[in-house]
Amino acid sequence: MSKFSKKRGKSDPAISTASLPDIIFMLLFFFMVVTVLRDAELKVRVVTPYASELTKLEEKSLVNYLYIGKPTKQYQATYGTKPRLQLGDKFSEVRDIPLFLEKHKVKVPEAKRPRITSSLRVDGEVTMGVVQDVKTQLRKTGQLRVNYSAKKTPDK
Amino acid sequence: MARKSSRDRMSNEINAGSMADIAFLLLIFFLVTTTIVEDKGILVKLPPWSEEEPDITKLKERNVYSVLVNAQNQLLVREQPMRIEDLRENAMEFIANPQRREDLAEKPTKAIISLKNDRGTNYDTYLRVYNELKGAYNELWNQLCQRKFGIDYSEDLPLAYRKAIKEEIPFVLSEAEPTNFGEE
Repeated sequence: MSKFSKKRGKSDPAISTASLPDIIFMLLFFFMVVTVLRDAELKVRVVTPYASELTKLEEKSLVNYLYIGKPTKQYQATYGTKPRLQLGDKFSEVRDIPLFLEKHKVKVPEAKRPRITSSLRVDGEVTMGVVQDVKTQLRKTGQLRVNYSAKKTPDK
Repeated sequence: MARKSSRDRMSNEINAGSMADIAFLLLIFFLVTTTIVEDKGILVKLPPWSEEEPDITKLKERNVYSVLVNAQNQLLVREQPMRIEDLRENAMEFIANPQRREDLAEKPTKAIISLKNDRGTNYDTYLRVYNELKGAYNELWNQLCQRKFGIDYSEDLPLAYRKAIKEEIPFVLSEAEPTNFGEE
């Protein structure tokens, strides 16, 4: 009996929390690795339409993004309300597309280049005119793999 | 003696309990700032650029499924107005032609879908139409795949399977240069 009580008296009552930071750091690193920071600030309003026949984009490094939509409120004074193209983080013209694609291409290993995909993130309310111009330019540049970005239609 | 005991207390480990709070703070910061971008969409292979327009007048009329979308987002399918909701079913019937009708495609390999829109068409409508047409093919592929291999069609199937399916029902969608009546 006396043996028991003695032992209990000696042992540290608090659980060591020293390893808690390690656990949290592990979580932190997990999230840091998994999430991709959007490299470009959106200057145009893009609400992609709904569709059902979707394909997932595989490797992020093989994708370049082209945004088309109306400029957001703060840029409307300078750029008007007509739908515009945004490449990277700035407003661009259709003729800037080849250079933009080339800049992305040089970062990709040569073996993977045929699998480069252009993701067109286009606002649903945009008319086809500007989209058509972009498509024509992409075809002329030889960038034929295109992904029309869309959201999954919710099931009824 | 008293001094020694104080130093003893100092040499104890630093309280690491607050470390967790700091890490939590960082974690929450990252959780809030990062947005997980949904990266899904309709994958399309554009045709290579060529100066001359492809001539679809050479094709037999029964094999061409023409879809026109005007600037008011209305559909004209083979000279008949149609609602988008009916497009998928209609396209499937045209491609497969189960009753061997004279006015529908001879066989799936000869079927051609010709999509033409206006520069004033809404992108939303365009994508819905495209989605329905792609959906028609997807459903036909599914049916064929079920009959042949007993599984649903998907991009994860072995290449040989996919090839066999695509040989029987190839996806042929030609997009004509859009008209320009309704651009703002």
